Amino acid sequence: MTTRIDTRFAELAKQGRSAFVTFLMAGDPDPATSLEIIKALPKSGADVIEIGMPFTDPMADGPSIQAAGLRALKAGMTLKKTLELVRGFRKDDNATPIVLMGYYNPIYIYGVDKFLADAKSAGVDGLIIVDLPPEEDDELCLPAMKAGLNFIRLATPTTDDKRLPAVLANTSGFVYYVSITGITGAAAADSTAVSEAVARIKRHTKLPVCVGFGIRTPETARAIASHANGAVVGTALVDALKNSLDAEGRATAKTVNAVAELTAALAQGVKGAQQAAE
Amino acid sequence: MNIAKPNSYRSGPDERGHFGIFGGRFVAETLMPLILDLEKAYTAAKADPAFQAEMNGYLKNYVGRPSPLYFAERLTEHLGGAKIYLKREELNHTGSHKVNNVLGQIMLARRISKKRIIAETGAGQHGVATATLCARFGLECVVYMGAVDVERQQPNVIRMEMLGAKVVPVQSGTRTLKDAMNEALRDWVTNVHNTFYCIGTVAGPHPYPTLVRDFQSVIGNETRAQMQEIEGRLPDSLVACIGGGSNAMGLFHPFLDDPSVEIFGVEAAGHGLTQLHAASIAGGRPGVLHGNRTYLLMDADGQIQDAHSISAGLDYPGIGPEHSWLHEVGRVNYLSATDDEALAAFQLLSKLEGIIPALEPAHAIAKVMELAPKRPRDHLMVVNLSGRGDKDVPQVGDILRGKSK
Ligand SMILES: Cc1ncc(COP(=O)(O)O)c(C=O)c1O
Repeated sequence: MTTRIDTRFAELAKQGRSAFVTFLMAGDPDPATSLEIIKALPKSGADVIEIGMPFTDPMADGPSIQAAGLRALKAGMTLKKTLELVRGFRKDDNATPIVLMGYYNPIYIYGVDKFLADAKSAGVDGLIIVDLPPEEDDELCLPAMKAGLNFIRLATPTTDDKRLPAVLANTSGFVYYVSITGITGAAAADSTAVSEAVARIKRHTKLPVCVGFGIRTPETARAIASHANGAVVGTALVDALKNSLDAEGRATAKTVNAVAELTAALAQGVKGAQQAAE
Repeated sequence: MNIAKPNSYRSGPDERGHFGIFGGRFVAETLMPLILDLEKAYTAAKADPAFQAEMNGYLKNYVGRPSPLYFAERLTEHLGGAKIYLKREELNHTGSHKVNNVLGQIMLARRISKKRIIAETGAGQHGVATATLCARFGLECVVYMGAVDVERQQPNVIRMEMLGAKVVPVQSGTRTLKDAMNEALRDWVTNVHNTFYCIGTVAGPHPYPTLVRDFQSVIGNETRAQMQEIEGRLPDSLVACIGGGSNAMGLFHPFLDDPSVEIFGVEAAGHGLTQLHAASIAGGRPGVLHGNRTYLLMDADGQIQDAHSISAGLDYPGIGPEHSWLHEVGRVNYLSATDDEALAAFQLLSKLEGIIPALEPAHAIAKVMELAPKRPRDHLMVVNLSGRGDKDVPQVGDILRGKSK
């Protein structure tokens, strides 16, 4: 089965460039503004869109993304509304891949089978679930594959060559290499270390490898993108969004543009990268 | 619920860390290689007589074990029913049962050459025990503690600092134990290369619930031998309070396959089960948090809800996975006690026995006050007095003088 993710990476490979992958939290700062922000991303140069599913206890996230999740929850966001957000986006964009990223509990409580069916019909292409390692594949990964969704796994600096095959076994769409041991929003790894790690992963898989955690500027985005099939930016976009809010944390006239402008600048960075040799 | 009774209640978990549907390893990939290594190290240590011998030495001469099994004569007379014995874990060095587990984990950390220890703490007892053993073995110690708990358990914060630990007040979320655990996990993900996470209760990803249980089982094993010596038979019932459930599991586990022994776990009912509370079995349902599937307090969307208990050590919206399983198979009865009931029990035990309990085991005493009068005089009831109340004296003093609630 080919998903929008597979198609998009195949197109980019033909153009000889890397993907720019954005992350923002669903419902941040409120459901309506969030939809507008997401809709503006492809025009600003996002190739793949990751959308966070808010959770009260995001144990792998730093302060910025924690706060984004809490803003969304305070604005009444739920998993059901996150799927509605995707449905809203799909009304005018049937090509840009959407990946939902988050933690397992809200999905478990929603019901795995129902969630997968609803996500597929809303137009979701892939899932990244931080607290589901390969040891727990029965929970969601295998059912997701059956339902035609990509299950995108995180590989980290602690995933050694012995373990990589297990991590890659049921991964599809792309591999997300977390460039540091740490939480979102931490400092970036240097691009030499990243390039070695990507090369190591590529010895084990034909899937595209995207790199995230710690990329904040067009320059780093360019440096990372020249060693990988994609660069993921989250915290910097979430911070730009937050800095555009009023004192009560509500959206202002500047909010959508603030995110779109940074997206465009980062996309320029990624597009300036020389695609790494395949 | 229609769950087949197992042949033994003591054989779990399976090789993937499951107790029935509960438990598991729901962690970020960064941590996965580490917990696999920990499992290997623990299996090797368990099979190594030198490890056990070294631990027994420290348990005896440093912790002060065995802790006495004490006949609470005046409490028994007052309640007019079952014969009540207190398992005196509050007499351990550092003042609670927490030290049993910390000793085991610190010895494991030494075996795998980790020099930096992190811990989460609620009441501060686990933090104090960790800071103590880190001082003893010359290890760096960082303790995450919710900012609310830093306020209400000041004496323990001061103790940890005196012992050389760094106490980090956690400002995220509800600023209590669950958030301290999130923050400790974030530290661990960042510093995996040199850091050992010393978890304070029978929760977290496999193998933690198992190894903490094993290290705490000294409580039940001693109780069994002591009761045999004093009364010549098994106890008829066991009662313990439950935060994550480590003092309870330590007392219960050695008796799970003795069908004559009735077992009661006591959760914190806070302001009452229809209001803010911390009773995950009474008021929650199965979900996934902090590395395991277990009963949790949450809303319809799977968002974790705030717990409330007067006792910082019970103020957690979850419970260890093995307890969830013991609940579902019906081996252990889970009850709950409110803030007010615990306060009354705190005062009763202080006045009748000259033992000021921590607010956590005061919840267990509160249920003993209900259970004991309904049982005959030859019924032997053991309650785990998991900690002493020194840390709670300022807080309870303020409440009793009407200064705060
Ligand atoms: C004295 C005492 N008892 C009980 C508890 C609750 O933990 P657990 O349920 O793991 O025994 C604590 C936790 O801080 C404690 O300090």
